[in-house]
Amino acid sequence: MKITTPEFKSNAVEALANPNLQKAMGHVQVGFIEKRQTAANGLPEFEALRDNARDIKNHTLAHLDLYLEAYSEKVEQSGGHVHWAQTAEDARNTVLDICRKANAKTVTKGKSMISEEIGINDFLEENGIAPIETDLGEYIIQLRGEAPSHIIAPAVHVLKEQVEADFRAEHTHLDANRNLEEPETLLDEARTVLRQKFIDADVGITGANFLIAETGTSVIVTNEGNGDLTQTLPRVHIVLASIEKITPTLEDVSQILRVLARSATGQELSVYTTFSTGPRRETDVDGPDEYHVILLDNGRTNMIGTEFQEMLRCIRCGACMNHCPVYHAVGGHAYGWVYPGPMGAVLTPSLEGIEKGGNLPNASTFCGRCESVCPMHIPLPKMMRHWREREFERNLNPAAQRWGLKIWAWIARHPGLYSIGARVAAKGIATLAGKNGRLSSLPLAGGWTKYRDLPAPEGQTFQQLWRARGGR
Amino acid sequence: MNQPKVGLFVTCLVDLFRPNVGFSAVDLLEHAGCEVFVPPAQTCCGQPAYNSGDRADTRAIAEQVITAFEKFDFVVAPSGSCAAMLKKHYPELFQGDADWQERVKVFSDKVFELVSFLTDVMFVQDLDVKFEGSVTYHDSCSGLRELGISHQPRKLLAMGKGVELREMKEPDVCCGFGGTFCVKYSDISNSIVEKKTANIETTEAELLLAGDLGCLMNMAGKLSREGKTIKARHIAEVLAGRLDGPAIGEAK
Amino acid sequence: MTPREAILGKIRSQISVGSDDTNRRAAVANRLSNAPRGVIPERGQVTLAKCVDLFCKKAEAVQATVDRVSTYDAVADAVSSYLRGRNLPQSVRMGEENRLETVDWSKTPNLTRSFGPSDGSDPVGLSHAEKAVAETGTLIMTSGSANPTTVNFLPETHIVVVHSQDISGDYETSLNQIRKQYGKGRMPRTVNMITGPSRSADIEQKLLLGAHGPRSLHIIVVDD
Repeated sequence: MKITTPEFKSNAVEALANPNLQKAMGHVQVGFIEKRQTAANGLPEFEALRDNARDIKNHTLAHLDLYLEAYSEKVEQSGGHVHWAQTAEDARNTVLDICRKANAKTVTKGKSMISEEIGINDFLEENGIAPIETDLGEYIIQLRGEAPSHIIAPAVHVLKEQVEADFRAEHTHLDANRNLEEPETLLDEARTVLRQKFIDADVGITGANFLIAETGTSVIVTNEGNGDLTQTLPRVHIVLASIEKITPTLEDVSQILRVLARSATGQELSVYTTFSTGPRRETDVDGPDEYHVILLDNGRTNMIGTEFQEMLRCIRCGACMNHCPVYHAVGGHAYGWVYPGPMGAVLTPSLEGIEKGGNLPNASTFCGRCESVCPMHIPLPKMMRHWREREFERNLNPAAQRWGLKIWAWIARHPGLYSIGARVAAKGIATLAGKNGRLSSLPLAGGWTKYRDLPAPEGQTFQQLWRARGGR
Repeated sequence: MNQPKVGLFVTCLVDLFRPNVGFSAVDLLEHAGCEVFVPPAQTCCGQPAYNSGDRADTRAIAEQVITAFEKFDFVVAPSGSCAAMLKKHYPELFQGDADWQERVKVFSDKVFELVSFLTDVMFVQDLDVKFEGSVTYHDSCSGLRELGISHQPRKLLAMGKGVELREMKEPDVCCGFGGTFCVKYSDISNSIVEKKTANIETTEAELLLAGDLGCLMNMAGKLSREGKTIKARHIAEVLAGRLDGPAIGEAK
Repeated sequence: MTPREAILGKIRSQISVGSDDTNRRAAVANRLSNAPRGVIPERGQVTLAKCVDLFCKKAEAVQATVDRVSTYDAVADAVSSYLRGRNLPQSVRMGEENRLETVDWSKTPNLTRSFGPSDGSDPVGLSHAEKAVAETGTLIMTSGSANPTTVNFLPETHIVVVHSQDISGDYETSLNQIRKQYGKGRMPRTVNMITGPSRSADIEQKLLLGAHGPRSLHIIVVDD
């Protein structure tokens, strides 16, 4: 997909001025946060599980090559096929190749962020194959021609009135006077429309929450059941997964499952956790004849062994964005690529380059709420700071900003000079403010005074007054 | 215990904008039985450079702070954000540097934020809090999440017989200040602080308190721009009873 | 160089694996064969009777309905009366399940049973769970002719029978039982962990039941 992250600032201004979006974002702030807290409080072992989940992924990443080997061997043993894709393009071509061999006309899709990352929908369409999103949220945004604005609630930015309008425009074969006011009726309509598409599809594409090295199994975690219909009904099942989804054993997956849903939606466990191993067997009466796994790198191996490796622990629960004041303010689309919120602020520059993604790690107050709720203990603010360091090392930030910082830092390293400067500033700004005690505008402080007053200094610095008082 | 020697890390914002907070901190520390020193060779903790990716300058500033303060028994700052910088982030800056690592660790272990220092280290049990009226308290992010400061300020406020604490909705959510963030991304910052001031206003408290002057200036500046009457002060001013002068951004 | 070699080689160079990775290989082999259990929630570490109670409570908390019967023979009537109570047709789709074959279905002559995978036209599916987990009220289904996967998802109503002896306190225990059944490193083609009926909150975060899978999940626990 086209990346608009370099225009993050103007995207944000647009988002802030969009009343529908602002109303929709209100739902995020209330629902997710309370539910997560209740779920976390309800399990005394939650913190211990977070620690263990982190340790499991750290161990896995330190041995990723070996676990990938073990995993792929098991997939082949169970009759499945493993395809290795270094880039998004490689992955797209592999999908197309499998679809062509299957003579596929339509492809159903379970929710998959990797499929967004490689832009598979547009690519399949260009090649005459119709991709059909089946997750309700994904279906809605596919009708709208949009990208997801949240990694687990893709249509979180859409109001129900907008869904109604989209359904009326798309489902023209249905009675024009039908009632579609309530979410219930919208859901029923989507269920009916999509049911036939599930049955007709030639290929089903899903993502994976985990790939189990011990058994060669892919795991999806869903609530609707669409992922299961996608991977059970068509003749061919393709799993799109990135290499860091590897998890060693059934037990390790169980451990992480306990923190995943609780952090994401506040459920103790999602409704459907499905383990798929190879194609259908002789003893099976349903399931796909072919089972393919595409293992995608797309820049992740560059993160291994660097200060960004910890990001590869991410299990895509969305808790970081659910708790992020910046995400709440601007929504997911402003981030301009596939992954929004704090995890996107680290991942986007990692996968798409700091030149394009530089805005995101800068657009953070470092409030740390993301890290405090991350089930995998990913130090998100620290990694955003590392991106700022890389940017600074490479002189990528604006010259005025760099020079301002350099001059300030030089003065801060000379306390005598600093103290004179502080006295002058304290006196000067206080004088400008006069009896008002605040300034509504001040040269060079427009970023501040555009939206808020600047409280005036008392007039003398603390150091000045302290020395005058004879303090030591 | 002998009278502990405390080096007061004033913070650049308190030094420049609000000396009253510095004097309040001195009063509170002395009341708790400390001997207070204010080294002249202090400027800033280095966060503006650190959070802009300029590690070299940050490190130079950190060396300066450590050298000026390491002789004291404790180093105390009236700011969770600056204290967290000294306590949590300085060690990271010197990681792998054999000459400094141990020295920084000894220094950082001695650093505390003012309010939590009073409750958790000096075990202050009685504080004659003179203020009478209603307050609401904003948990500044660094203090809350990096240093675990949450019950300590509430505990000290409760020592005032006439203090009524009215909790705002989401007191633990960022005010949108974020250092240079509030000017670099002023539109987003504004949206965040608007939600904060709305939550503050709903409490109908007379006074907004927090432990960090940066957040306070942001919230006070927004409240004043919105024409709201609630006043803002650093919690140390209320605890020390230094309430004679105007509140933050208030007319004289 | 194949893409596989390129990716694995890149990982090895990024982790700075030397020429000798004996220790790393041993660590991986060790974890794969020993499969440490990790942190197990206390809540499920109770007697079987309490485990069954917890399972029922947790399943109900996620909008499943639960019935408890004392013999397999009672299953027929439990199914039939559930359908009657819901005004559903006396007709179920199911696999060829040995345990369900032991049920005396002659007691419910009006109830028709048809066998095989579902094609989406069946209003009610009937399955037998392989295992169940008390800590979250989760059923574990395994694929095969006894319990076709399509029966779990296509009918609007799903009735699942589970034997109380098959309920354990935690996921690890149940999955380990499946591992023992199928052999180390092997799994059934599909294992479905099901926790309540299908749902979605994709429209304005409002939780609605019955998105693409069953709207109703009814569990019959056999305590014989």
